[in-house]
Amino acid sequence: MSTLQEPTPVYSWHRFSPAQRVVRSVFYILVLIAIVWSLESIEIIPEFLYDAPAQSIDLFARMWPIDWAWYPEVVQAALIETLHTATLGTILAVGLASAVALMCARNITRSLALNALGRFILVATRSVHAMVWALFFVALFGPGSLAGTLAIAVHSIGFTGKFLSEAIEEAKHGPIEALIAAGASRASILLKGYWPQVKPAFLSIVVFRWDINVRESAVLGLVGGGGLGMALDTALSNLYWDRAGLVLCVTFAVVIVTELLTIWIRGRII
Amino acid sequence: MSSAPTLSRAQRAAFPPNWPARLALAALALYVVYACSVLDITWARFVEGFGHGSRLLSRVWPPNFAPDKLALLRAGMLESLQIAILATVIGVLVSLPLGLAAARNLVPVPLALASRGVIALFRTFHPVIVAILFVKAVGFGALAGMLALVVASLGFLSKLVAEAVEEMSMKPVEAVRATGASFLSVVIMSVLPQVMARFIGFSAYQLDANLRNSALVGLVGGGGIGATLFTAFQRFDYDFVLTIVLAVIALVMLGELISGWMRRLFQ
Amino acid sequence: MTESAIEPCSGTLDHCPLVIRHLCKEYRAGQPVLKDISLSVAAHGTTAIVGPSGTGKSTLIRCINRLVDPTAGEILFRGEDLARLKGRALRAARRRIGMVFQEYNLVERLSVMENVLCGRLGYVRAWRAWLRRFPAADIERAFHLLDAVGLAHLARERADQLSGGQRQRVGIARALMQEPELLLADEPTSSLDPKTSVEIMELIRRRAGERNIPVIVNIHNVELARRFADRVIGMCNGEIVFDGAPRALDHAILSRIYGGEGWLE
Repeated sequence: MSTLQEPTPVYSWHRFSPAQRVVRSVFYILVLIAIVWSLESIEIIPEFLYDAPAQSIDLFARMWPIDWAWYPEVVQAALIETLHTATLGTILAVGLASAVALMCARNITRSLALNALGRFILVATRSVHAMVWALFFVALFGPGSLAGTLAIAVHSIGFTGKFLSEAIEEAKHGPIEALIAAGASRASILLKGYWPQVKPAFLSIVVFRWDINVRESAVLGLVGGGGLGMALDTALSNLYWDRAGLVLCVTFAVVIVTELLTIWIRGRII
Repeated sequence: MSSAPTLSRAQRAAFPPNWPARLALAALALYVVYACSVLDITWARFVEGFGHGSRLLSRVWPPNFAPDKLALLRAGMLESLQIAILATVIGVLVSLPLGLAAARNLVPVPLALASRGVIALFRTFHPVIVAILFVKAVGFGALAGMLALVVASLGFLSKLVAEAVEEMSMKPVEAVRATGASFLSVVIMSVLPQVMARFIGFSAYQLDANLRNSALVGLVGGGGIGATLFTAFQRFDYDFVLTIVLAVIALVMLGELISGWMRRLFQ
Repeated sequence: MTESAIEPCSGTLDHCPLVIRHLCKEYRAGQPVLKDISLSVAAHGTTAIVGPSGTGKSTLIRCINRLVDPTAGEILFRGEDLARLKGRALRAARRRIGMVFQEYNLVERLSVMENVLCGRLGYVRAWRAWLRRFPAADIERAFHLLDAVGLAHLARERADQLSGGQRQRVGIARALMQEPELLLADEPTSSLDPKTSVEIMELIRRRAGERNIPVIVNIHNVELARRFADRVIGMCNGEIVFDGAPRALDHAILSRIYGGEGWLE
C-alpha cells in the first residue's frame, strides 16, 4: 500500500526573465572586453607611476610661495578679459542659438530638412570643444579675445540651442491656437505665445551657460584665446610655477564667485 | 449713489511699459558696446578676419583622407576612445559611493560636508588644467588624460548622485531600517532603487561628455586625438584638421546612440 | 480574544515580552512629547493605542524599535533594554520586531516579491540582497505569506502598480517575513477607505494571532479599536489616561482621552 504524494510545488523567483538576463550578461561582457582592451593599449610606465607622489609634491612645492606681485601686473587685466569674453560670448551665443532653436523646433518650423540642418548644427557645435574652436578662430583672427569670444559663442550654441528647442517644443499649444484663431501674425505668435512660456527656462539656461562659460574662458588662453589662460600659458612656458599657482588660485576664486552669483540670481529672478 | 473713482491716464493704460525689462535690455546693450571696446573687438578686425577666412577655407576643404594621415587619425581616435571608456567606467564606479557619502540624509553631516568639499574641488578646475597637473605628476600620455577625465567625471556624477539621494523619499528607507538590515543592505534595497534610473541617465551623459573631452586633453599632453589635432594646427594642415573634427563629431554621435540603448536597457 | 490579555501582566518575562518603564521623549527641551510612560504588553493579543493627533502615539511606537531615540526610560524586550542598544545588537533586536506603516513605506520601483523579501534583510548578507539570491526557504516562505495576504498572483508586479489596500497587505507580509516576536503598526489604516480598513485590521489580527505574535497598533478610529483590539490604551498629552477592555470605552472615558467630542468622526 503506497500513499500517493502530491509533488511539492517548487517555489522559484528570479528578478529578471531569462531573456533579460541574457541581454544584461552580453552587455556586461562587452563592457569587460572594452575595459580590458583599453587597459592594454594605455601605456602605464611603472617608473612614472612610482614617481607620481614625489612629482606632485615637487609641483606644489614649486608653486609655493605664490607670486602675488604678478596679480596687479598681468593677472588682473587677464581676469577682466576672461569675464568679458565669457559674458559677450554667452550673449552672442544666446542670440544665435535662439535662431537655430527656432529652426529645430518641430512646432515652429515644419520643414524636416531645416529641422535636420538645425540639429546637425547643434550637434556639430557642441561636439567640437571650445578650445578647438579657439584654435580655429585664432588661425582666422589672430590670438586674442576676439578669437576667444567667438569660440565660446559658437560652442555654446550647441547646448543652449538644444535646451531652448526642447523648451519650445514643450510649450502648450492652447495659447498658440488662440492667437492663430485671432489672426495674429507669425511674429506676434512667437512674441506673445511662445516667449512667455519659454521665458523661465530661457533665463535658467542662460545663467547656467554663463557659469560654465566663465570656466571655459579661463582656459581658452592656453591656445591663444586671451584672458587668464594666456597668463597661465606664459607662466607655464617659462616654468614660473609660483605664477602659475597664482593664476590657478585666481581661477578658483572666480569660479566660486560665479557659482555663488548664479545661485543668487536663480533665487531672485527665476 | 456713488460714482466709480476716475483713473488717471497712466493707470488706465492696459499695457504699462515694463520698465525693469526695458532698463535691463538697455543695460545689456550698453554693456556689449563697453565690453567690445575693452576687448578691442572692432568691426574692422572682423572683416579682416573674414577676408583671411576665405583664403583659409580654400585650404580646409576638401578634407584630407591620405593613407598616412588616416593612420594617424585612427591611432589618435582609438586612444581617445580608450581614455573615454576607462574614465567613464572608473568615474561611474567611484561616483556612486562618493555621492552616497555626500548625502546629508544618509550619512553623518560632517562626512557629508567633507565629501561635498572634495566633489566641489574636483569640479572647480577645467579638465584641461587638471590634465596639465597630471601630466606633471605621471608624465605625458594617455594615463594623465584619463585621470583628468576621471576627476571631471567624479565631480559631475557624484554631485548629481548626492542631490538625487537628498531628494528621495525616506519612507522606504525607514521601513527597511526597521527590519534590522545593515547599512549596506538598506542602501541596496531602498536607496539605490530610487536613484538608479536617474544615475543611469547621468552616466550615459557622462560617457558622451568624456568622448568629447578626450579629444581635448591631448592638447596639453594627455594623449588621444587632441595631440594630433594640435600638431595639425601648428603645421597649418587645415584639411587634416577638418578630417579630425569630422571624425570627432561622428564619434560623439555614435556615443549618443550607444548611451540611448544603454538607457533603454537598464530601465 | 481572551480575558487574560487585558490584565496588566506581571511575573515572568515569558508573559510580558515587552515592558516599558518611565519612558520620556522630548524633541525640544522643555516640551516633552512622552511623559513618564510605563506599560507592559502580554505575549498575545492586540493592543490598540488611541488618542488625538500629536499626543505621542506614533512617537511611542517608534521608540520601541528605536526609529526614534527616547530621552529617558527603559524599554525591556525579553529582558534586553532596547533603549541602550547600538549597532549590531540593535539590528538584531529590530529584526525581531516587525512594523507596518501608515503610508505602507514600500520601495515603489521594486516588485512585490522584492519588497516582501526585504523582511529577511536582517538575516541575510548584503551581497545576497544585491544579487537578489535569497535562500530557497525564504522564497518559499515569501510565497506562502503572499498567499496568506491574498496577493500571490501579484508577486512580480511593481509596488507602485498596486492599490492602497494591496500595498498595505505587502507591508504586512514584509513584517511577518521577519518572523517577529512583536508586531507594531503605526496607523495602518489611516490612508485607506473604511471597507479596506476593516479588511486590513482583520488580516493583521488573524495572521498575528495564528503565529501567536502580540500586536501593538496605533489607531485613530475608535470603532476599529473597539472591534479588533483586546486591550485599549488611551493617551492624552503624552500620558496614559486609560488602560482596559474595549467595551469599557464609554462616552466619559473617550471625552477624557480626546478632550471633548473630537472622537466622533
